[in-house]
Amino acid sequence: MRSKQLELFVGLFVVLGFISLAYLAIQVSGLRTIGNNNTYQIQARFDDIGGLTERAKVSVAGVTVGEVDNIVLDKELYMALVTVNIHSDVTTIPTDSAAAILTNGLLGEKYIGISIGAEEEYLKNGDELYDTQSALVLENLISQFLFESTSGDNE
Amino acid sequence: MKSIQYIGSASLAWLASFGRGGLFLFQVMFHKPKSLSSVFSLLFKQIYSVGVLSLVIIIVSGLFIGMVLALQGYTILAQFGSEQAVGQLLALTLLRELGPVVTALLFAGRACSALTAEIGLMKATEQLSSLEMMGVDPYRRIIAPRFIAGLICLPILSIVFSAVGILGGEFVAVGWLGIHGGSFWSLMQQSVFFSTDVVNGIIKAFCFAIATTWIAVFQGYECEPTSEGIGRATTRTVVLGSLSILALDFILTAAMFGDF
Repeated sequence: MRSKQLELFVGLFVVLGFISLAYLAIQVSGLRTIGNNNTYQIQARFDDIGGLTERAKVSVAGVTVGEVDNIVLDKELYMALVTVNIHSDVTTIPTDSAAAILTNGLLGEKYIGISIGAEEEYLKNGDELYDTQSALVLENLISQFLFESTSGDNE
Repeated sequence: MKSIQYIGSASLAWLASFGRGGLFLFQVMFHKPKSLSSVFSLLFKQIYSVGVLSLVIIIVSGLFIGMVLALQGYTILAQFGSEQAVGQLLALTLLRELGPVVTALLFAGRACSALTAEIGLMKATEQLSSLEMMGVDPYRRIIAPRFIAGLICLPILSIVFSAVGILGGEFVAVGWLGIHGGSFWSLMQQSVFFSTDVVNGIIKAFCFAIATTWIAVFQGYECEPTSEGIGRATTRTVVLGSLSILALDFILTAAMFGDF
């Protein structure tokens, strides 16, 4: 009887551990890797990616449709070559769509926003987006502004 | 001349205790049990006294640490207008650092000191040598179940600590301070990754479990068989255990999250 009670408590302890682990997995880390395995890849070249990182989200009209897979430097063109995984259920992105690096809020993370084009053909695995817009780098913006205001004084 | 000799003998004794500790661990781990069922009943008893009885202190302190973290994080983040990031701050600090470290420190104070005192008293009252006289191996019967119970319990306790802490933080942040629940959870889920943050926390807890439980059973087994000696061994368990947890934490953090 005593030993049964003991085993019951130990069993409850282990079950509590598993419940907590499941809680951490599902609620806290949101375990997104499962179910998103079916993707296709497209590429885009940017002049400047700002603070874009791998696993940043890719969105169309604000809805997440994929994530950044990897970022490498194109050694011939000196541009950033970004490979993006798009969920395979999003099949109708026109080939002349434009990709822009945007910021989520004032201090938020960088993400890629795709604005839809008008072409009848759709992007397939391995295609490239040619119409790209770089990240806004705050320093460039400020120096441009200063340069314009000083050149205005000279006139 | 004498003082240099003293330094020499002290460092030799220190090295020798390391060697004895290593041999001790080897003997605990590689003694084959006679039958599995007897091992399990011994192990269950130890998991009960080491793990289940530590649950209350772990849950209560986890709850309060989560609540304090949410409150402190809120007052600072609110200055930058990004108080939704409290969830992110709470989950990452608890899973990566505070969960394993605070649990291990509490565990060293609550359970490991008891292990040392128990084994030390067994030695002082000559229970260990009488076991040996009866042909029962004290490593197999006394030490190994306690050591393995510590290895099993500390990771589970640290998971429970993190989960309870996040619940407590959510209670303060969403229920009391009025942060929007959806953004609280979604920011947290965006920044926490199961394979890195949660799993690394569990690996940390497991390493701390090896260090503290090993120190506890070894100090108990090595202690001077007097009431003073037991007291000193218990103190050493808590001090050495806590120090080794903090030092190991730095090394593990550098290996897991540092970029080299």
